[in-house]
Amino acid sequence: MSNVAEMSSPQINPGIDPNTMSIIVTKGSLDWAYPPFILGTTAAAMGLEVTMFFTFYGLNLLMKDLDLQVSSLGNPAMKMPMMGMHMGMPNIVSAIPGVDAAASKMMKNLMKKKGIAPIAELRELAVEADVRLIACQMTMDMFEYGQGDMIDGLEIGGAATYIEVATQSHINLFI
Amino acid sequence: MADQVLDAKGLNCPLPILRAKKALKSLQGGNTLEILSTDPGSVADFAAFCRTTGNELVEQNEEDGVYTYLIRKSG
Repeated sequence: MSNVAEMSSPQINPGIDPNTMSIIVTKGSLDWAYPPFILGTTAAAMGLEVTMFFTFYGLNLLMKDLDLQVSSLGNPAMKMPMMGMHMGMPNIVSAIPGVDAAASKMMKNLMKKKGIAPIAELRELAVEADVRLIACQMTMDMFEYGQGDMIDGLEIGGAATYIEVATQSHINLFI
Repeated sequence: MADQVLDAKGLNCPLPILRAKKALKSLQGGNTLEILSTDPGSVADFAAFCRTTGNELVEQNEEDGVYTYLIRKSG
């Protein structure tokens, strides 16, 4: 039986270039936008060939007009520095209309103050560095996103497209 | 004296690295780039950047919260 398992296992390419990385990007809020774009641009700067595959809410990060928001609802770890301490927000307050918008504005102000790049800038740097950006066809269809809503230079693909990339990448991350 | 100076003061991760990479691109192999940064995380990051890319971290200093790196481009 072990022979059968061996025979049916996928072909592993022993000669994978160590300087290759793929990232699956599944989240589209302001906070979750950072890890994939920071790692993608930095890896590219360090000479890696990088592919980012955007699916579900990750597609939000490919829109021409970025309006990223963060929510403190259901996020007990989100404690913002305020008046010399760190304050979290009870869910009942987070649920009030306008609170997310205020929290998002506050986080963007903090980022600006701390010299953190806006996502639009990191995304532009990713494009400049020839990071391969693939948008997931199925979720684009589901959310009724057209390519016209999204930045230029994207590839469109599905699961098999990503898996092929992953078999040729030394580092594969899911964010 | 470095061939080029990059002032990355006030910038946070990963911008000092990304700007340094861009500046190195315009340099000839063997030439040097001096980078000024106020990001304490840049100490570990420039060391890792140089180890991975093969560029040489010739010198590094810290004075009054400003980190200075001298990198010689490989090749």
